[in-house]
Amino acid sequence: MNSTTEQAPALPEARRVPAPAGKASGSGPKKGKRNKVPQQSFRSRLRRDKQMLLMMVPGIAFLLLFFYIPILGNVIAFQDYQPYLGIGDSLWVGWQNFVDLFGNPDFIHAFWNTLYLAAWQLVFLFPVPLVLALIVDSLVSNRVRKIFQSIAYLPHFLSWVLVIAFFQQMLGGAGFVNNLLRDWGMDPIPFMTNPESFPVMVVVQMIWKDAGWAMIIFLAALASIDASLYEAAAADGAGRWRRMWHITLPGLRPVIVLLLILRIGDILSVGFEQFILQRDAVGAGAAEVLDTFTYYTGVVGGGWSSGAAAGLAKGVVSALLIYGANKLAHRFGEDGIFAKQVR
Amino acid sequence: MATTLFTKKPRELSYNPKRPVWKEKPSALYQTVKAVVLIVFSLSILTPILLVVSTSLADTEQLVKAGGFVLWPERPTLEAYATIFKGPMVLQSLGVSMLVTAVGTILALFVTITMAYATSRSVLFGRPVILAVLFTLLFAPGLIPSFLMIRQLGLLDSLWSLILPGIFGAFNFVVMRSFFMNIPGELIESARIDGANDWQILWRIVMPLSKAVIAVVGLFYAVGFWNSFFNALLYINDHSKWPIQLLLRNFVVQGSGAADQLGITTTPPPQSIQMAVVVVALVPILMVYPFLQKHFAKGVITGAVKG
Repeated sequence: MNSTTEQAPALPEARRVPAPAGKASGSGPKKGKRNKVPQQSFRSRLRRDKQMLLMMVPGIAFLLLFFYIPILGNVIAFQDYQPYLGIGDSLWVGWQNFVDLFGNPDFIHAFWNTLYLAAWQLVFLFPVPLVLALIVDSLVSNRVRKIFQSIAYLPHFLSWVLVIAFFQQMLGGAGFVNNLLRDWGMDPIPFMTNPESFPVMVVVQMIWKDAGWAMIIFLAALASIDASLYEAAAADGAGRWRRMWHITLPGLRPVIVLLLILRIGDILSVGFEQFILQRDAVGAGAAEVLDTFTYYTGVVGGGWSSGAAAGLAKGVVSALLIYGANKLAHRFGEDGIFAKQVR
Repeated sequence: MATTLFTKKPRELSYNPKRPVWKEKPSALYQTVKAVVLIVFSLSILTPILLVVSTSLADTEQLVKAGGFVLWPERPTLEAYATIFKGPMVLQSLGVSMLVTAVGTILALFVTITMAYATSRSVLFGRPVILAVLFTLLFAPGLIPSFLMIRQLGLLDSLWSLILPGIFGAFNFVVMRSFFMNIPGELIESARIDGANDWQILWRIVMPLSKAVIAVVGLFYAVGFWNSFFNALLYINDHSKWPIQLLLRNFVVQGSGAADQLGITTTPPPQSIQMAVVVVALVPILMVYPFLQKHFAKGVITGAVKG
């Protein structure tokens, strides 16, 4: 009792004291920016924040080495890059690589194939987590819900190599299902090697791996919808489907828009590892996408410049798509990914 | 009278206190559809895992009889595992994967924690640095320039090429930073009054308060390193430096005569050897999964909502 009465007045004192002293000593309450401390000079802020700045060094070094300098490295898309000459001495060729690229039927094929597969994913993959989340959210039993969630999230943490290995063992030519079919005297079905059904396979694999995981964010959004809205609607005689249409879906709209934008920005990266792992099995005709084209032209084939040009074209288009989608979302009154301010 | 009683009673019995009064009981059809969807989805995930594990444990006789796959090993044997660990390749690649995962996760946590803490308070240059990080979410430098960078750094065929490109992730940064931002400023200020500098505050105050989020982010990184396959495909030629995922890809997915390339003569059928390699890559993930699951949903949502 005694000690608390002694300390109680001491605390606010201690907190207040360094506030004015901070400017003079340079070690004051530097994080108290929100207080109305007058702006300090650049030099004193530098001195004050030097340890914090030091902490940023590893991260900034990473960003420079593995992000921003490689971005500059994209200039080789405008060169006839030769490894032994390096970026400095290689010949500049202007837009020639891009001109060649768009005259290259393989690239055009990879481009359309990417869009084709992306369309499949957008139409058939995107709604699945939403439907799963609605089902899980409607479950009354917490135990069933927990069990299902722990099963459904698991594949997200498996590598694509494992996922493809699983699919091969289940559905491959010598796989489990085809063995059964043979035992029953039926013809085996070439699930994994048929180029025509490849888009379906791709979507099924993606659903298997990530639909459960993608459900999380919808579940969180569903949980944040005010339950009294449902109650009021039910009191007014709205049935299950009307409640879903008038309350659930509008409540989910921001999340759906956000995920759609992210999906659109990612649309040209349809799933690199997944394709590279299966390209041998189904052939380049079905599994060649922009990323695999870049890999095989650039790294495997040694066409560094055309590979870089293909990669750059893809990157720019993706960035434009995500920017455009975000703009569109703002126009419809949603926040999108980057709201007005970035915190 | 009797009939009304009869119809009333089951309804009372089936009343579930967790279901709000206003919510109608779902129709039988709707219930069935829901149950079928959930069960089919769950089984589609569990069956391949069971199949692979069982096949790796099954003995030759049962496998031959079943035509390659079994859903339940009648006489479980570790023969296949003994065989794959006899040759050098699986052990080597497991060692590589473990080393990369351990070193990578520690480095990644260091870089992410320092960066997240330094930008979680208002600091000089804080804003442009955050924007520089967020920009990485929008745009990727591309495969070829990244490859050239690694080559320029002389990291081809070095394990560092598997570690360094993965030691910072914008998403993990956002999760970590939003957690740090919620630590009350008073705590930090009082430590400063006691004479602590920024590193001491981070180490003694902030990190002990953030054990949960550090564990989650660390596990995310660890899973990422363990699962990464493409970097190895790009940068590593030397067979003795293959991580387990690349080994898996070359011997199981591409299925090129696993046994002789693993440097072993095979007694169990190749099927169970392949499956044993799959299981070896799978088990570490299954082991950390319960920990991951305990925390990740919260972490993901914080990151997604506050990012």
